[in-house]
Amino acid sequence: MGSVTSKENAEQPEYSGPVLFYNDTVVDHFVNPRNVGELTESETDGYGLVGDPSCGDQMKLWISVRSGRIEKIAFKSYGCPGAIATSSMLTDLARGRSVEDAKRITDDDVVEALGGIPERKKHCSLLGVMALQAAIKDWEAGRGLKKESGA
Amino acid sequence: MIYLDHNATTPMDRRVLGAMLPYLENEWGNPSSPYRFAARARLAVERARHKIAECSGCRPEEIIFTSSGTESDNLAVRGTAYALGSRGRHIVTTAIEHHAVLNTCRALEKDGFRVTYLPVDHSGAVRIEELERSLTAETVLVTVMHANNETGVLQPVREIAALVKRRGIPFHTDAVQTAGKMPYPVCGLGADLISLSGHKLYGPKGAAALFVRETTPMSPILTGGMQEKGRRAGTENVAGIVGLAHAFSLSASLAEEEYKRLETLRDRFEQRVLASIPSAKINGAGAPRIPNTTNISFDSVDGESIVLGLDLEGVCASTGSACSTGDPEPSHVLLAMGLSSKEAQGSIRISLGRESDEKGMDAAFEALSRTVVRLRSISSV
Repeated sequence: MGSVTSKENAEQPEYSGPVLFYNDTVVDHFVNPRNVGELTESETDGYGLVGDPSCGDQMKLWISVRSGRIEKIAFKSYGCPGAIATSSMLTDLARGRSVEDAKRITDDDVVEALGGIPERKKHCSLLGVMALQAAIKDWEAGRGLKKESGA
Repeated sequence: MIYLDHNATTPMDRRVLGAMLPYLENEWGNPSSPYRFAARARLAVERARHKIAECSGCRPEEIIFTSSGTESDNLAVRGTAYALGSRGRHIVTTAIEHHAVLNTCRALEKDGFRVTYLPVDHSGAVRIEELERSLTAETVLVTVMHANNETGVLQPVREIAALVKRRGIPFHTDAVQTAGKMPYPVCGLGADLISLSGHKLYGPKGAAALFVRETTPMSPILTGGMQEKGRRAGTENVAGIVGLAHAFSLSASLAEEEYKRLETLRDRFEQRVLASIPSAKINGAGAPRIPNTTNISFDSVDGESIVLGLDLEGVCASTGSACSTGDPEPSHVLLAMGLSSKEAQGSIRISLGRESDEKGMDAAFEALSRTVVRLRSISSV
């Protein structure tokens, strides 16, 4: 018996109801999350912390901004596979973008980039977006005080 | 594949399949039909009934065939509640029952029954004194599961049976996880109604039974023909019933040996986990448990992520009941034991079975260890 997530399972049935089903892209981001880790204090221009472990998920996100662009991004995530994969994809979408551009990334963009996620897990994709928004706010608030000209 | 989710379902024993096949291929008659060809199907059903009664320690007339453990639970709970509703409208159960009992009790609340959901202690067992205090003159049914499906914790069913017997209150126990697996016949528990199911016993899905003591009043919930003496209408699942009986007697004959073997394997696995995965905790370890089940909490990682990680390494485990997969709420069983929501969220269930061996358990341990280490390395907590 192959797992429901196996690659050879080309014609993946549409599961509804309680059965969780993640596609290969989601599983890939769960197994090999992009940009996972932390930025050092000196690298960090903005930091966001959202979610609550007692409610099931939490995410920390760090950004490093150079000339208005997100040069480096890193995250750590506690939660279900959906939370980990959407966090990973969000950082992938945001990296290299201008801050103004990154602000416009929505949870739907994350879900679309992953090729879909089970209905019950859609709320997970909001966590990453909120963490990014929080990190950008943090950067905006600290700009000028910190090392804006430090590049 | 290393299958470690036997509390969800078990692989069917080849011998059971062999016993069933004639009733799918040739002996397809309706057991209620009036000719000799169909009488062979009737005979097969009655032989199965005798076999199960023999292994369970009851009379054949006390076995009713149903379609699932869930149906057996529904029949037991609704059937007695409806039969005795004029005498009183109070039911006593526990907070850790399977949803087949829990949601049936909730439905009965809408029908005007009052239900007491007894708490459990930190080890996951219900306290007999608390149960005794909850009984009233209005109580018409007590239903407490034998072994919990998520933690494996055994409830004091014998003591409860003795207690409620003195009060003349019918007592149901959901023994789906234990019937045919303990080194004693299930009716020895002393309950008046006992649910059991085939697919937890290396038998087929869709075949289950309810033991009902001859003197226990019970109304049918499926009405129609006079099958099962009017207590459960519907044409019998002949092949399923034959398979259920075969699986049950095979399982009972191996029970004593398997009990010891699984306990050794499970305990060794738990010791390895506790020794090498920091802050791992066994839920229910303080109470007597069935030997095949372990429920483990890991700090700062999510149970569903562990289960997917294990799946990708070829190990099948679960976060709890298969009936609740995908439910975003943490396990009601673990919460009732006093675990925090975060602890409950970080728990997985591993349940061993007949094909489990030392090699497989070692591989499962390695996969679990790798998965938890990896998830912890990316965890924000």
